[in-house]
Amino acid sequence: MKIILKDIKDLHKIDVYESNGGYSALQKALKEMKPEDVTNEVKSSNLRGRGGACFPTGLKWTFMPKTGDKPKYLCCNGDESEPGSFKDREIFEKNPHQFIEGVLLACYAMGINAAYVYIRGEYYTWINILQTAIDDAYKKGYIGKNILGTKFSTDIYIHRGAGAYICGEESALMNSIEGKRGYPRVKPPFPAAYGLWGCPTTINNIETLANIPEIIKNGAEWFSKIGAPKHPGTLLFGVSGHINKPGVYELPTGTPLMTIINDICGGVLGGKEIKMVIPGGSSMPPLTRDECLKANMDNESLKEFGSSIGTAGVMVMNEDTDILKVLIRIAKFYYHESCGQCTPCREGTGWLLRVLKRIDAGNGRMSDLDLLTSVAQNIEGNTICALGDAAAWPVKWTVKKFRKDFVNKIKDDVEVPVMNKVHSLR
Amino acid sequence: MSKQLFNEEELKKIEEVKSRYPDSKAALLPVLWMIQEKEGWISSESMKLAGDLLNVPYEHILGVVTFYTMFNDKPKGKYHLQICTNVSCMLRGGYELYNYISDKLGIKNNETTSDGMFTIEEVECLGSCATAPMMQVNNKEYYENLDNAKAEEIISKFKSK
Ligand SMILES: Cc1cc2nc3c(=O)[nH]c(=O)nc-3n(C[C@H](O)[C@H](O)[C@H](O)COP(=O)(O)O)c2cc1C
Ligand code: SF4
Ligand code: FES
Repeated sequence: MKIILKDIKDLHKIDVYESNGGYSALQKALKEMKPEDVTNEVKSSNLRGRGGACFPTGLKWTFMPKTGDKPKYLCCNGDESEPGSFKDREIFEKNPHQFIEGVLLACYAMGINAAYVYIRGEYYTWINILQTAIDDAYKKGYIGKNILGTKFSTDIYIHRGAGAYICGEESALMNSIEGKRGYPRVKPPFPAAYGLWGCPTTINNIETLANIPEIIKNGAEWFSKIGAPKHPGTLLFGVSGHINKPGVYELPTGTPLMTIINDICGGVLGGKEIKMVIPGGSSMPPLTRDECLKANMDNESLKEFGSSIGTAGVMVMNEDTDILKVLIRIAKFYYHESCGQCTPCREGTGWLLRVLKRIDAGNGRMSDLDLLTSVAQNIEGNTICALGDAAAWPVKWTVKKFRKDFVNKIKDDVEVPVMNKVHSLR
Repeated sequence: MSKQLFNEEELKKIEEVKSRYPDSKAALLPVLWMIQEKEGWISSESMKLAGDLLNVPYEHILGVVTFYTMFNDKPKGKYHLQICTNVSCMLRGGYELYNYISDKLGIKNNETTSDGMFTIEEVECLGSCATAPMMQVNNKEYYENLDNAKAEEIISKFKSK
């Protein structure tokens, strides 16, 4: 079942896209549907955001005000910086026009006349690919003034990031477009009320938008019946790590994890056993081997194991993996990427990293495991944006699920540093 | 400003970029990218010039340049090798690759070789996890599925250019 990464040669070219039904959803919407019909169709399709939070897309669109004289904006989130995620890049490369058509439908539905596609600065190559596609679509009259001879006009611009994971967070992204440091904003107000330049703004992930044309073409009911009922459609699974055939695979939601690992990706590298799998990019709580055997890849099923689908970036680790080293690398990432606005995140991410490192260096003590959990819990929910949670979850859950791996590195007779000795003498 | 940073054509381009946004400050990242593509880095002189063009205070621009890791506020080597060591790359030899290149060139993270040819930098996930280990060069091309031999080849190719 392929909705986005179809097996059609040269689909990235506008002629090929058109001859395979491309831009017919836009024609249909402009000729036969009112803007609110488009939103309603997306709403009843049950499409949920593919950027990590799984928020219902149609519902998000209804938050946009229908009246008022302020301009409205769409932000398309192609920051794709969560470690283990590399799916939006595939859309730019293989099917950029379907994404563009999705942007146009979203703009029509919400009465928007300007869309900004924010793409991480490192994706220089893919920015050029998308720009070519946008230029071609302008030439054919799909973007710009009076699209297809109607009253509807929209421009689409690419905004290149410059290396900051935090700019994937919706309000940081808006600050970054505005030419500022990528600091997340305190919410509320939410973007639909106060977004880009203080105007109503909707933000969606690239993959989310790429789904829209097919929903309009084939109908909400068709879409809602694909995959897992509560999280329907397909997902672009990016599989990496210890796996024989890493890559991006589009599969229905709810596909068993082991089907992906064994049948689609040719099994674990070197024929080894699985030790741990991170199911949706590095901020998602990991799965143990036993959990992998039972897990289906949709958000509701993963909740059972305390995890979520995130960006569907599946990171596979075999039995020889040093879990502590992996967690240190993850903690290092979030420490590096914290923007520093909130104390729990700025200081907490540093503490997580330092405590993990001292355990790894053989200077850990049993109480460090509780310390890690307590630092993580003090970050979680106490910050301006969800980067704090993203940093806390992997630590909290890895310590919980792989406790033995930590305990093995802790010697009981460890020399307690002087500072704590003083404390204990008080 | 003693030297002219942008030519006529580039100034026109900047006007076009400004027209994409309701506020000229939003053209700051695109203009900083243009400066860096031209000069390899962004000096305080260039920041001031960008400020004049966009009507944005220098202090704001300095804040922006230092926030974003891809903007260089110091010159880099001719070839800036950006090697990913995040988890998916690490699992497939990202650190081995990084260490190999570091030893080979005799430089550490964010250092530049004395001939000004190479800078190496350990970077975060580049969205290329399925083709790990990998590196990016000069914020542009990706070099994927690397091993020591391939890295060696790339480096000698750069050296002979
Ligand atoms: C730290 C952080 C980084 C994020 N990075 C991305 C990203 O790279 N791409 C993305 O689409 N969403 C990212 N998000 C989620 C966005 O804030 C937002 O929820 C999403 O773009 C909404 O689109 P959707 O509803 O279509 O999923 C990030 C969130 C946080 C807290
Ligand atoms: S949680 Fe972290 S990244 Fe988010 S605003 Fe606070 S300090 Fe910045
Ligand atoms: S971890 Fe290296 S590219 Fe993703």
